[in-house]
Amino acid sequence: MTLAMTGTVELEPSQPSNARAKWKHMDTVLDRSGPFTDPDFRPGETPKESLARAKVLVIGAGGLGCEMLKDLASSGFRDIHVIDMDTIDVSNLNRQFLFRQEDVGKFKAEVAAQRVEKRSGSGVKITPYCGKIQDKDEDYYKQFAMIICGLDSIEARRWINATLVGMVDEEDPDSLKPLIDGGTEGFKGQARVIFPTMTSCIECQLDMHAPRAAVPLCTLATIPRQPQHCIEWAHIIAWEEERKGDILDTDDPEHITWLYQKALKRAEQFNISGVTYSMTQGVVKNIIPAIASTNAIVAAACCNEAFKIITSCNPCLGLPGTDNYMMYTGDESVYTYTFEHQKKPDCPVCGNLSRPLQVNQDSTLGEFLDSLTERPEAQLKKPTIRTEAKSLYYQSPPSLEEQTRHNLSKKLSELVENGEEVAIQDPAFPTTFKYKLVFQK
Amino acid sequence: MLKIWSMKQKQQQDEAASAGTKKKKVTAAQLRVQKDLSELSLGSTMKTNFPNPDDILNFELTIEPDEGMYRGGSFVFTFKINQNFPHDPPKVKCTQKIYHPNIDLEGNVCLNILREDWKPVLNLNAVIVGLQFLFLEPNASDPLNKEAAEDLKVNREGFKRNVRTALGGGSVKGESYERVLKK
Repeated sequence: MTLAMTGTVELEPSQPSNARAKWKHMDTVLDRSGPFTDPDFRPGETPKESLARAKVLVIGAGGLGCEMLKDLASSGFRDIHVIDMDTIDVSNLNRQFLFRQEDVGKFKAEVAAQRVEKRSGSGVKITPYCGKIQDKDEDYYKQFAMIICGLDSIEARRWINATLVGMVDEEDPDSLKPLIDGGTEGFKGQARVIFPTMTSCIECQLDMHAPRAAVPLCTLATIPRQPQHCIEWAHIIAWEEERKGDILDTDDPEHITWLYQKALKRAEQFNISGVTYSMTQGVVKNIIPAIASTNAIVAAACCNEAFKIITSCNPCLGLPGTDNYMMYTGDESVYTYTFEHQKKPDCPVCGNLSRPLQVNQDSTLGEFLDSLTERPEAQLKKPTIRTEAKSLYYQSPPSLEEQTRHNLSKKLSELVENGEEVAIQDPAFPTTFKYKLVFQK
Repeated sequence: MLKIWSMKQKQQQDEAASAGTKKKKVTAAQLRVQKDLSELSLGSTMKTNFPNPDDILNFELTIEPDEGMYRGGSFVFTFKINQNFPHDPPKVKCTQKIYHPNIDLEGNVCLNILREDWKPVLNLNAVIVGLQFLFLEPNASDPLNKEAAEDLKVNREGFKRNVRTALGGGSVKGESYERVLKK
């Protein structure tokens, strides 16, 4: 222990005051209040302690994730977890600065965690998990103070969002996990903060994501004009026709080569030039050009919000009734706009949380639905009802009504488990009613 | 952090505590499809079929046009909806080999709202109306079956005859089609 021998105190997580030396610069905002600081903020040890103790999760160790891990570690977060299922590809190296040539093929989360941990010295612990976010359950997510996302997929965002909204338990303050989400596409990006169930969630904001630009199928089939059209044709039409049954794996070089050759031939027929292997890969995998600096801007914004939420040293983005969405547009000069995205009352995820409903498990589904039509807050006329696994009863379309009709005479206990969630819809209402059916005995 | 929780409590004072956890929740895609199904207006020319009634994300739609050139036919489409619905459009395919300018021999359908013009505000009803429209007004300017489109453009009457032949299971221009007449 060279440090100890030369008289310097060793930096140990258990000795927060000494370990804090390298984050001394942050004290300027933690040791005193600013003009906008909440009056309840107590400068000094309290926020420093919160920061040192907070366990945070970064989802994604790619372009945004690398930046976030670095930013969090250098702003004083000590216990950081990172989750990513991907391995490092040579095309990542231009911007995912934690990775080197020799890391190609290794798991991103593992390498990223190692690099930042090593660079930050003792006092910072980064725990990687190499796998899907869906592998983990509520107990896993419950251990963190907040979740910070640097994702590239809408599907993963929707999943974590729905999970965090579903985790909120009215009786347990610790079940509410702030969600900070960063996203970039070329020169554009956004940073947003969500307090699940309290403020507008990812599902409420789904229309903020631009849909993938698609070319009409007939253009692909008959009059391709661009090399990309030929590749899409090979991807959507030729593969289906000639390799039916084979599931396309966009990471399999043989598959990409096949598509590339097909696209190339088609491009020749139509006198189109420019089809390359890497373009094929780009079109098929829907690779959007990532710009390192945009990632840096968005990740920095996200980390500052994380810092402010944990320490309360300054107002953060996303508190109910305040701005929660910062968009950054760099493709036409520079423009940023921060606004409050409103919570949608009919949001399928956070709009109507399931409420417990006492039911007699011996009554039939039909009787239960009849009782719902009498409930004052529901007053349903033609209710349709399902669980995650089963279609219990559908009023429409007719074929489904016929197929589910026999359930009406079954007992609830035969159809649902105690505490299971049901979703009920009625054409008379725009929203879904969700109940957790609790058996009376 | 504590402040946020006290705000939460204030916000939802009247909400009751929830019971039971860890049970599977109805997914956002299921909720939306359920809503779309309850608002479906099929009329007399269309019907649905759910091979597995518990799985509302995969089903078949049969269209039996009662007017136009495709009158008397019975056309079956598969709908495959993924968990990213309604961000992603449903995947719709015709299960039969039919003679139609906007449907290729593999069953791919060229309908703008199924690809380039899809928006999450659109619903299954819009798609179904779009499909129905393809049989009433086949569109030669968006060809997926080029021969059929050319045929429709050049000789409308001849095209009508070819459609009748194909519906009956005959061959048109060397390609044989499935018999899809209504039973």
